[in-house]
Amino acid sequence: MSVAKLNQVSATSPVRSGTPARILAFMPRRPSQGMVAEAGRILRGVITDLLPPLITTLVLLAIWEVLCSSPTAPLPPPSRVLVDSWQIIVDPFYRGQGTDQGMFWQILASLQRVAVGYTLAAIAGIALGVLLGQSQWAMRGLDPIFQVLRTVPPLAWLPLSLAAFQDGAPSAIFVIFITAIWPVIINTAAGVRNIPQDYRNVARVLRLGGLEYFARIMLPAAAPYIFTGLRIGVGLSWLAIVAAEMLIGGVGIGFFIWDAWNSSLISDIIVALVYVGVVGFFLDRLIALAGRLVTRGTATA
Amino acid sequence: MAQQYLALEFIDKSFERGGSRTEVLSQVSLGVAKGDFISIIGHSGCGKSTLLNIIAGLTPATSGVVFLEGQTVEAPGPDRAVVFQNHSLLPWLTVYENVALAVGKVFRGRKSRAEQHDWILHNLDLVQMVHASDKRPGEISGGMKQRVGIARALAMEPKVLLLDEPFGALDALTRAHLQDAVMEIHARLGNTMIMITHDVDEAVLLSDRIVMMTNGPAARIGEVLDVPIARPRNRIELAGDRTYLKCREAVLKFLYERHRFVEAAE
Repeated sequence: MSVAKLNQVSATSPVRSGTPARILAFMPRRPSQGMVAEAGRILRGVITDLLPPLITTLVLLAIWEVLCSSPTAPLPPPSRVLVDSWQIIVDPFYRGQGTDQGMFWQILASLQRVAVGYTLAAIAGIALGVLLGQSQWAMRGLDPIFQVLRTVPPLAWLPLSLAAFQDGAPSAIFVIFITAIWPVIINTAAGVRNIPQDYRNVARVLRLGGLEYFARIMLPAAAPYIFTGLRIGVGLSWLAIVAAEMLIGGVGIGFFIWDAWNSSLISDIIVALVYVGVVGFFLDRLIALAGRLVTRGTATA
Repeated sequence: MAQQYLALEFIDKSFERGGSRTEVLSQVSLGVAKGDFISIIGHSGCGKSTLLNIIAGLTPATSGVVFLEGQTVEAPGPDRAVVFQNHSLLPWLTVYENVALAVGKVFRGRKSRAEQHDWILHNLDLVQMVHASDKRPGEISGGMKQRVGIARALAMEPKVLLLDEPFGALDALTRAHLQDAVMEIHARLGNTMIMITHDVDEAVLLSDRIVMMTNGPAARIGEVLDVPIARPRNRIELAGDRTYLKCREAVLKFLYERHRFVEAAE
């Protein structure tokens, strides 16, 4: 049930959430079969899991290589990227002066900003979502405002937050916050509104107080929805940080890309994009995993 | 009306929606003695679940009062534990934790942790579900879930146990098992129980008295039938018992001759 919901919600979100085939989990395990057969099955699983993406990646790289192989091509082919940017590929932990840092440190700086902004968004988003889900009045009063505000593009908030905070660092964090919070609010509110009447009745018969009801009934019951919101939110915040850092500067993957563009280091940009994509993928997976662990029970209702 | 353990006095219930008023229950009065097993039977939509919810305090009556041991019932509470129609176990908690949630809340400060643990296991044992303590509701069958629902309700040590069509969603064999389990628990603990049902055999087998509701709207108590069959009752021996058959016939006649359900084909 919650899976269907997740798909439905993420279909309307800009976050891609393709689930990789997990063949192994669905294969029946018979204890009577030996270790060799088991190892063979695992190997087959790895092959069916990894081979198709590996092949498609190689094919795409080959097409790219061919398309950009002419000396007048505006973009470098993969082979040139390797040569040009070998330094930053092999030494991600390089420490230099100012913004001249290895990829690891650039990514880390961006992740730190996202961590702060996203955590704030998660806490405030769940709190506001609970308010909206519980109170008809809050719903009617706040929902139209939120529906309008959530369509404001992340970067449109940046000048305003720069004016308010007078500083780049908190402004970037605010942009993350304001970008990630909407799906958390909206999904939490939906989750709270959809708590089955039966669970509410159980709570009423037991006379669970406000805090007990919140912790024992509301949060677990709404958890699948909340995690859908959190997952969309983390994707959005990663989208926003790169853009925000381009304008704010300092160490961070966004400014690294901007800096590379100003220095015409197109190969460095391509390497950075790979990093951004991989990190974004893992952020999405991380929240999905956390959601699966937390909502184990509810999914089988 | 004499002082009863549980007393319903002139309960009216109507719902208002968009200016139109639907009367569901009209002038329902009923006294229940301590230890009684009462069934409320009637056709679908006659408001019997609404009546149970009013006793539970989940739904307020439009007028009329429910007294339990002389106190008026205003809100839901663990002294009127409910076994819900669809078990209503919390799916993110194990069987043990579901019962523990109720026990922890009801006996906070009155029982030590060890005593609570024993009490949880004792109640799971009553419904023979100790073996599934660590399973989640999604991992056990419908009949088992309903057993746990009964254990959770019993663990609250309610003054009155309210059962809302507890076996309606179960297959016939599982239902018979659970009916026997409930009869046994009733014999052992002597609880006061009120059960909603639409199953005539179930009503006659389990009850001391059967309350028959007329059809809605504005349903009222049509008749109250005493079931003078000695306990313990055995469903096989009763199959040919004359008193049993007479009671059964009386309920059937009430439901299908005098208060035929004509409004909608089910």
